[in-house]
Amino acid sequence: MTKETDAKIRPALFEYVLALGDDRLVLGHRLSEWCGHGPILEEDIALANLSLDCLGQASGLLKLAGELEGAGRSEDDLAYFRDETDFKNFKLVELPRGDFAFTIARQFLFDTYSLLLFEQLQKSRNETLAGISAKSFKEVGYHVRHAAEWMRRLGDGTEESHRRLQDAVDEMWRYTGELFDADESDAALVEAGYAADAAALKPKWEEMVTAVFKDSGIVPPETAYFEGGSRQGQHTEHLGHLLAEMQIVARSFPGAKW
Amino acid sequence: MNDFVKKDDTDWPMWEVFVREKTGEPHVHAGNVHAPDAELALQNARDVYARRGGVVSLWVVPSEEITATTPGDEGPFFDPADDKIFRYPQFYKVPKGVKNL
Repeated sequence: MTKETDAKIRPALFEYVLALGDDRLVLGHRLSEWCGHGPILEEDIALANLSLDCLGQASGLLKLAGELEGAGRSEDDLAYFRDETDFKNFKLVELPRGDFAFTIARQFLFDTYSLLLFEQLQKSRNETLAGISAKSFKEVGYHVRHAAEWMRRLGDGTEESHRRLQDAVDEMWRYTGELFDADESDAALVEAGYAADAAALKPKWEEMVTAVFKDSGIVPPETAYFEGGSRQGQHTEHLGHLLAEMQIVARSFPGAKW
Repeated sequence: MNDFVKKDDTDWPMWEVFVREKTGEPHVHAGNVHAPDAELALQNARDVYARRGGVVSLWVVPSEEITATTPGDEGPFFDPADDKIFRYPQFYKVPKGVKNL
C-alpha cells in the first residue's frame, strides 16, 4: 500500500475497496453455482474460470480493504464474518443465477462496467489498488468477450433463446442504474486520485452495451425506476440465502484449516 | 431446473485444438472441444487447454475437415518404410561440428 495514503482518505477508501471486493465475491459465488450444471462441459469450465477470476479479484480487494481499515481483519474475516447489511455489493450481482441467458446477460452488463472501471483504477494513487486493477483489467477483457459472443448467439439464435435473453435483460435492467452512482465520499476519493469517477463511465458503457444489443436483436429496456441503496447495505431477499450458504462452514468451525 | 438444456445442445460439432507454447514452436495437437462455431471453439479451447497459462497461440480446426488414415491402411502405408533403414537420418554419419540435428 502506498505509504502516503492520506489518513483522512483511508476510511473512505476502505469503504470503496470493500464494496468493489463484495461485488466480485458475491458474483463469483453466483457463478460457482454453475459448477457441474453448465449447459455443456466446455461452458461449465468457462463459467468456473470466470468464477475463480472473480474470487481472486475479491480476495485481493478484501485483503487491501482490511489493511486500509487497520483493525486487523483479514480477507476471510471480511468475507465470512460480516452480516447481510454490512455487505455493500450491488443488488445486480446477488440476484439468483437464473437460466443460462440470465447469467450471460448479467455477466455482460456487469463485466462491461467492470472493464471500464478497472481501466480507470489502474491509475489509482493507491499502488496496490492500481496493481489489482491492472491484473483484473486483463481478466475482465476476456469475460466481456465471452459474454458478448454469447449475447449475440442467444439473441440471434432461436426464438426461445432470444426470448430468454430479452426477458433476462428486462428483468435486471433496473439494477444497472446504481453502478454509476457516487456519494460524497466517493467524490472526494475521485478528487484525490484514488477512485474512478463512476458517472463518467456511463456513456462508454451505454455505447458498448447498445452495440451488442443491436447485434443481438435485443431491445434496450425503458425503465423509469432504478434500484439503489446497495452501497448503504440495502439488499434483495436473495443475499441472505447466498451468505448463509457461503459462510456456514467458516462460521461453524471458526479458524478451521485444511 | 435447466430445462433449457435440450439433448441437441450436446450435439455441437467437434473441433480439434492445437496449442503453441512458444513463439516459433509448432502448434501441437492438445485435444478437442465441442462448439457451435469457430469463435466459440477458440473460447472453449482457451478455457479448457490454455487456462493454466503457457500458451501463445491456439488453432481450432473442424474435426470433420481432417482426413485420416484408417487402421486398415497401416500395412500398405507404413510397413514398407520399416526395412529401409537408409531413410533414417541415423543411418548416416553426422559430420563433426554439425549441431542441432
